[in-house]
Amino acid sequence: MISHLRSLWLVFKHMFHKRETVQYPEEKPYLPPRWRGRIVLTRDPDGMERCVACYLCAAACPVDCISLQATEDENGRRYPEFFRINFSRCIFCGYCEDACPTYAIQLIPDFEMAEYDRQNLVYEKEHLLISGQGKYHGYNFYRVAGVDAGVKAKGAGEKEREPVDVRKLLP
Amino acid sequence: MATIYIDGNPYQVKDGDNLLSACLSLGFNLTYFCWHPALHSVGACRQCAIVRYRDENDTRGRIVMACMEQVADQARISLEAPEAKQFRAQNIESLMINHPHDCPVCDEGGECHLQDMTVMSGHNYRRYRFKKRTHLNQYLGPFLHHEMNRCIQCYRCVRFYNDYAEGKDFGVFAAHDDVYFGRFEPGVLENEFSGNLVEVCPTGVFTDKTLRKHYTRKWDLTNAPSICQQCGLGCNIIASERYGSLRRILSRYNGDVNGYFICDRGRFGYEYVNSERRIPHALKQEPAGNWQGLKKEIAIREIRDRIRAARKVIGIGSPRASLESNFLLRELVGADQFYAGIPEQEAKLIKEVLHILRHSGVRTPSLKETESYDAIFVLGEDVTNTAPMLALSLRQAAKNQPKEKARALKIADWNDAAIREVIQGQKGPLFIAAPSATRLDDAALATLQAHPDEIAKTGFAVAHQLDASAQGAELSASTEDFARRVAEALLAAKKPLVVAGTSLYSQAIIHAAANVAMALKKAGKDVGLFYTVPEVNSMGLMMMTDQYLEQAFHQVSSGEADMAIVVENDLYRRMPAHIVDAFFQKAKTVVVLDAIAHRTGERAHFVLPAGTFAEASGTVVNNEGRAQRFFQVYQPRNDIQSSWKWLQALAADDQLAVANLDEVISRLIACYPELEGIREAAPDARFRVGTQKIPREPHRYSGRTAMLAHIQVSEPKPPEDPDSPLSFTMEGYVGTPPAPLTPFFWSPGWNSVQAINKFQIEVGGPLHGGNPGKRLIEAAQQASMPYFTDVPPAVQQQADSWSIWPAYHIFGSDELSALSAPLQERMPASYLALSPADAKALQLQPGNSVEVNFHGQAIRFPIIIKPDLPGGYALVPKGWEATAGWIFPVQSTLKPVQA
Amino acid sequence: MSETWIHIIMVVLILLVLLTIAAGLIYVERRMLAVWQDRYGPNRTGPFGLLQVLADMVKIFFKEDWIPPFADKKVFIIAPTIVMMAVLMSFAVIPFTPHIGVVDLNIGVLFFLAMSSMGAYSVVLAGWSSNNKYSLLGGIRGSAQMISYEVFMGLSLMGVVILAGSFNLRDIVEAQRKIWFFIPQIVGFIIFFLAGLAETHRLPFDIPEAESELIAGYHSEYSGMKFGMFFVGEYLGITLISALVTTLYFGGWLGPHFLPPIVWFLIKMFAFILLFILIRATLPRPRYDQLMSLGWKVLLPLALLNLLVTGAVVLYWHL
Repeated sequence: MISHLRSLWLVFKHMFHKRETVQYPEEKPYLPPRWRGRIVLTRDPDGMERCVACYLCAAACPVDCISLQATEDENGRRYPEFFRINFSRCIFCGYCEDACPTYAIQLIPDFEMAEYDRQNLVYEKEHLLISGQGKYHGYNFYRVAGVDAGVKAKGAGEKEREPVDVRKLLP
Repeated sequence: MATIYIDGNPYQVKDGDNLLSACLSLGFNLTYFCWHPALHSVGACRQCAIVRYRDENDTRGRIVMACMEQVADQARISLEAPEAKQFRAQNIESLMINHPHDCPVCDEGGECHLQDMTVMSGHNYRRYRFKKRTHLNQYLGPFLHHEMNRCIQCYRCVRFYNDYAEGKDFGVFAAHDDVYFGRFEPGVLENEFSGNLVEVCPTGVFTDKTLRKHYTRKWDLTNAPSICQQCGLGCNIIASERYGSLRRILSRYNGDVNGYFICDRGRFGYEYVNSERRIPHALKQEPAGNWQGLKKEIAIREIRDRIRAARKVIGIGSPRASLESNFLLRELVGADQFYAGIPEQEAKLIKEVLHILRHSGVRTPSLKETESYDAIFVLGEDVTNTAPMLALSLRQAAKNQPKEKARALKIADWNDAAIREVIQGQKGPLFIAAPSATRLDDAALATLQAHPDEIAKTGFAVAHQLDASAQGAELSASTEDFARRVAEALLAAKKPLVVAGTSLYSQAIIHAAANVAMALKKAGKDVGLFYTVPEVNSMGLMMMTDQYLEQAFHQVSSGEADMAIVVENDLYRRMPAHIVDAFFQKAKTVVVLDAIAHRTGERAHFVLPAGTFAEASGTVVNNEGRAQRFFQVYQPRNDIQSSWKWLQALAADDQLAVANLDEVISRLIACYPELEGIREAAPDARFRVGTQKIPREPHRYSGRTAMLAHIQVSEPKPPEDPDSPLSFTMEGYVGTPPAPLTPFFWSPGWNSVQAINKFQIEVGGPLHGGNPGKRLIEAAQQASMPYFTDVPPAVQQQADSWSIWPAYHIFGSDELSALSAPLQERMPASYLALSPADAKALQLQPGNSVEVNFHGQAIRFPIIIKPDLPGGYALVPKGWEATAGWIFPVQSTLKPVQA
Repeated sequence: MSETWIHIIMVVLILLVLLTIAAGLIYVERRMLAVWQDRYGPNRTGPFGLLQVLADMVKIFFKEDWIPPFADKKVFIIAPTIVMMAVLMSFAVIPFTPHIGVVDLNIGVLFFLAMSSMGAYSVVLAGWSSNNKYSLLGGIRGSAQMISYEVFMGLSLMGVVILAGSFNLRDIVEAQRKIWFFIPQIVGFIIFFLAGLAETHRLPFDIPEAESELIAGYHSEYSGMKFGMFFVGEYLGITLISALVTTLYFGGWLGPHFLPPIVWFLIKMFAFILLFILIRATLPRPRYDQLMSLGWKVLLPLALLNLLVTGAVVLYWHL
């Protein structure tokens, strides 16, 4: 009984405490850079699409809301022909970002994506692709990969020897 | 059987096997690269290291390569010994040193044997910090993409391409860790089985270029067990789809048919399914030239009205349509009005083949079984081009006799390198008689190029030598010698095989081959007789009807019938154009059901969109008489459906309405009791594992909630499949389904095609539950027919009239696969081939043209000169635009055209 | 203007004021709960979120008024009207000031007890007619709880009646000119207040509609305006109990003369309404058996003892 009364008193005293509520949208909350919000596709330092259409994000997605189709340009550089994320299904778990071997897909601190029509939550590549590098700077997959996709010639990569002359038999 | 102890536990294994194969058969996961179940062991990669102990008291043991150790009773080995595990992990680390950082852009990723083995061996972190070796790639033609950086030097590619398929234009270059696999200069890989490098290569050095154009990972593909439709052998394939288009074909292991491999026509010839020429919905032509699209229901109603109004409706079936489609056409028009859609000549040949298979008393081996014969006589067939996979099998069979030498030295069958060392390129008794040199000649002991009638006579002569009671034939001296050698070799063999076929449209050749086989049987040999047939369901079709195309045309031209329904058939490829034109002029209504727009469709009044093997399910019968089921891969998002689904809807008052494929099959069997076996080709639609269907999609299938979201954000209900126990989704039983229902090979830890090991009872043996397919024809113990006596008369060379015979091409002679862009790159231009002497006599140079008079029509051909032709006849490519509808042999003048 | 007309106008006015208070309480409660939980509560609709009440009312009026096909339709409709009627009728005997009040009954207390018993019908009928196991469980719990607590609610009031010597609520207020009854009747007041909580099934005694167990108890199936009637009924119940506590124990309209009597009455009443809300903000819900044993094993003996002592004192000193 006493404890009940004490509780009543303690709760009553909260009348004079500071409010915890953040008055969004007038007051914006602080979101850390690694906040898992809207998904973007970034570009490499040379301004080209980072995505190489490896399908790993799609495979990692627990709600299967990513679909894409790989294609190649005349240099053999692989990129997505289309890249679609159905944000009405996305749960912002960030597995796609974890799976991405090229830092292409990134989750950014933007969550203001409300729509009146669910159809508008289907984002295509032109909606996802940004002009910058996002959170991770300086990485260009095609510089470290073995393939020649018009970025560097065979053997010209960072840790590569000149291509072998197959007609020599020297030890 | 021997007992071996693996990590202390006893297991029963097959005697004479190697330990790697034995461990894999027992279900152990042991890493390997250079070993392949069809290529056997060379011990090159050092990846299958295990510890072998001397006896139960030996605790140290020694590290050995499992693939190079023979199973011995009471052998004690350990896979789990720390030193063996460490050896495997360190070995793969060394193999991976130069492997590039490519997986995200590598087509092999996700189904890569190297990835699997790396994970399995426990190597997960690259310590190597120095520069990697690089290689330049080569252009290898329209089928294969070359990415040499990824190579781990396992030598599987040369062992398949050079040793197994006996290709000549591929090899190993350079030395030590610079070893390079490729051609001596960039260019098209010529071998017809080069596509198998995609599956043989454990990593991404050789990848499928056609898949690359619409690349999809293995886990994202919707797959179905299917049957290759591109020739009469009926190889088993896995057909895969994504986003409504067919993405690739892989071989589907069938220990009785194609084994691990398929030919390039089957693998790369699928693109017609995605062709621009596909018909997406029903069309109506009225008046001529004015096409209008029709809704499915309206098309059905209008055609039903026409059928009701017609005097008599005939049905023209097709050897490339399934049994079910042909049968429902027969039900729709009535048995008397149902005609096989092939000319009399071809129909009678196939009937004859069927008759011989049933009554000659000689067994027809399955395709894979042909590899067990040790002397082969090929009559008139260019098998590489008419039944490609048979060529690969015959190459293996030809090595059987030379291999005896290795057996005598007690070298195990799996010890590939040692066997080859003993054989040293020695050839086995393979004899080929054909109108021109064939791609298989290099494996043959002796060849004969001769006029088809001469070939038939050679066959008769061989039979006569084997058994004097068989009809003989007069031969020239050189041919006589050839015939004698063949007869001797066949008699000396334990298991002789006679191969012939329909490709030269010569009944005499088929009879001659039967005579040889029957004579060998009489001589007490375990003989095999193998006929090739032109198309995927030629056998099935001729098991259903005796009536052929000329009779169908007569029905219309006599005015008895005024409406025709043509199923999956381009009549202009069957008969000369003027005959088909006459048929169209006379017929009041022609309904064509086909997948692809073609000349016949253009002249029809109604065209209905039929499904290809990718959009339809059905049963086909191959040359061996084996009924095999192919299953729909995906549900197209238009009006395309199986021909039999259209046909059942066309009957008045829904008389033919069937619920599913099984109901069609039941009705079919009621009509044709001898086809009873097709029921066993695959489990029926009610089959479940527990309560679960078998999923067409792997459990990692992605993008379900996004792939159609751009059309409608609410996902549609997945399509249902009433015709099979397969589902169109990823939900269902994950495990080993019955062999005919296996949509893809996957097992935990085994993402690559090497997972097949887990689906076989023993490595290289039959699949769990038996290999798919049901043989409908088994030879009787005794022959119930006499020798044939129809020896053709001596060939009369008429001045100014040339007999023109068909030459076949793996890329181009098949109607549908020839529509695929990658194959078209490999098709030669149209030509007319002459011997050098004949060309000289006609004063023709290569590059000149001649005109052939075909039923009053002058058709122009560029000349090529083939030194291997004996002269007296000419060859033109079969199935080309210029030769479509020709009934061979064609007699014509050759009129040189001034340039 | 005749006496009758004035009377009718007064009735209508009281009705309007009461309904406004009930509706306004929705806002007050949400705002006060927020204040005690360091939040703001509704503050977006109109100045200080005042129009939230309007928005809520508009919403509830336009909601689909759905009757489940498996329900007993007639009873389903009648049930929410009973609670409204019963509570509103009780207000008839409340003397807001010496001059404002609907009727001056000499059995006012008994009339209130009779009306509050009617409330039990509403709960049990709603639960039964919904034809849903959660509703039925809620209805059963509700009827048991309300019938039980009515017993000592009545008994606790008897002390006041003995002291005032009348069942008439005006007489009871007048009798408190010397001393407000909550001092001599402190035990009775506490019992009456607890019983009031249980009668209105307010937290922590909202066991008939415990969300965590019964979805929403007896009104699970209700929506739209019928749900609104239960809701308004609950807030009217709070107001009624607060008004009665004021009348019976805190001297009604009595108070120093610098404020008019009606203001005194409203101040006291609102203080108790706030106490209701504070209790909701603070105390967790007891288990059903704890509620019943508290009633029968603690409050009933206490109420009897209080009656005994009060009677004895009054007899001894002939007050």
